[in-house]
Amino acid sequence: MIEQADQIFVILAHWVVSFLPVWLQPYVMVLLGVVGIIVTFPALFAITVLLERKGLGRMQNRFGPNRVGPYGIFQPVADGIKSLTKEDIVPLSADAVVHFLAPVFLVVVVFMGYAVIPIGRNMTLVNIDAGLLFFFAIGASTELSVFMAGWSSRNKYSLLGAMRAVAQMISYEVPLLMSSVAVVMMTGSLSLNKIVDLQNQYTYGLPHWNIFTPWGLAAFILFAIAATAETNRSPFDLPEGESELVAGYFTEYSGFKFALFFLGEYVGMMGISGIGTTLFLGGFSAPLQILGFMPSWFWFFAKIMLSMCVFIWVRGTLPRLRQDQLMNFAWKFVLPLSLLNLVVAATWRFMGEGLLRWIVCSAILLVVYVFMGRLGMKREHFGPRSYRYAE
Amino acid sequence: MLGEGILKGLGETARNFAGSFVSADRLTTVQYPEERIAPIEATRDFPFLVYDGDDWEAGLRCVACQICEKECPPKCIYIVKSTDKKPDALGKPQIYPARFDIDISVCMSCQICVEVCPFEAIKMDTEFELSTTDRFGGLLYDRKELAKSNEHYHKIHPTEAAEVDARLAEEKVKADTKAKAAAAAAAAKAAAPKPAAAAPVVAKPVATPVESEKQG
Repeated sequence: MIEQADQIFVILAHWVVSFLPVWLQPYVMVLLGVVGIIVTFPALFAITVLLERKGLGRMQNRFGPNRVGPYGIFQPVADGIKSLTKEDIVPLSADAVVHFLAPVFLVVVVFMGYAVIPIGRNMTLVNIDAGLLFFFAIGASTELSVFMAGWSSRNKYSLLGAMRAVAQMISYEVPLLMSSVAVVMMTGSLSLNKIVDLQNQYTYGLPHWNIFTPWGLAAFILFAIAATAETNRSPFDLPEGESELVAGYFTEYSGFKFALFFLGEYVGMMGISGIGTTLFLGGFSAPLQILGFMPSWFWFFAKIMLSMCVFIWVRGTLPRLRQDQLMNFAWKFVLPLSLLNLVVAATWRFMGEGLLRWIVCSAILLVVYVFMGRLGMKREHFGPRSYRYAE
Repeated sequence: MLGEGILKGLGETARNFAGSFVSADRLTTVQYPEERIAPIEATRDFPFLVYDGDDWEAGLRCVACQICEKECPPKCIYIVKSTDKKPDALGKPQIYPARFDIDISVCMSCQICVEVCPFEAIKMDTEFELSTTDRFGGLLYDRKELAKSNEHYHKIHPTEAAEVDARLAEEKVKADTKAKAAAAAAAAKAAAPKPAAAAPVVAKPVATPVESEKQG
């Protein structure tokens, strides 16, 4: 029974496929998986948007949307209808083809990332050996669509937003990769299934998740920061900073294309949460051994939604950074720490079992963190401003 | 230490989030169409014309002097004077507005018309639910739509309306005294046609204080 609940989607797919001729079966299997992903994640997107609007409202002591349906739960439906029925405006001087392709490309690329994420036991659409590499390669392509949107709109705000987005995403891609390399070093594999399998073990009923080690915790925090910047989320939402750039790279988009950008952003967030979950939070494994009776896909989605809630929480808390702060933070703080973390991970690997490696690794990370924090927070004091040329 | 402030901030938002479910006075939002807050007395948005008594047409205080029309910065008032005269609230025959239109889509709620009106005839309303499907005719109010009773004025701005009423009553008393004096003078004149020199001398001291006070 437990086994069946765990594998219900796999069993269902096999049952559907069994009605078809044998040569067609593998293709239909893949198609079913794709349809499953394309249906599930936009549904989660709708739930997340509602959660975000209600949650942010509560953080600001407001009600949030509460008019459409009981407690406003049909708000996403209303939003969807609105964006579908709105006029689709393309600026006269825009590059119409690229302008049209940008949101499509974003959504396609973002959904392709899900191909390698293990959603549950036996529920990886394409189980390739270099899954992590594939995800990051595909994830980097979102920059292209962002720049396509900004460039083709022929609008200064769009272009500025796109420039910021590309600079930011390329800068934070480095620490994002570096922090996940620590996991690859420890696992010895780029296969996401293997990474999850190694974490899906229990000692005294507690899981072997990577986050429960010093290097794992540090890598997870660095990964979370880089992922927030990579998905253009607050406090790193400079590319769409509405106070200065209208809406950034999608200023000139309206109607359903705008909705596609919105969808792409949130589905991308869920994708990167999925990778973070897989790398550090044990993927689809249960947080305690006694909770192992719950289906594996349930744990995966629970962890994704939890990380979405954290995204919302952070958005409700932190103000937007300045561009130079953003860059300084990436290159002077996050990147050095993630490089150091590789050394710490190697130390952990070669020190063998025991309490000593816990102490040594934690100490290195803590000391460097505190030291770099002090260094970074030191304020420069400027004297009175002097004008040399102006009268 | 680095990150301390972020943790504090996260704690603060978490406290707000949880608190908004627990304590009702955190949520200050008034759910507007269902709930309303009592309007503040100083609220004002668009002008209306005050009338006394029950008949709006007869009771309009406006005498179509057109001061408000001239002073209105966005020129949203349009007045046509009547050709005949009609007794006003004091019974004096006055010109009345044959047309008095205010385009509230142009009005900027500056209250200058109220300040310049010497007859306390135009005042500011508090009605704000003015949405209409006709953006031209629906927002152009004629004198019938603008006319509102003095009781309405008392209801929306009690303090101000009481002051205005006191002022008007005072003026009425003065006008009455003056009329009475004039009547007395006329009567005296009629009663004593023979000592023609004496009568104006008696009547004049009575009339003079009233006259000078009004000018002052």
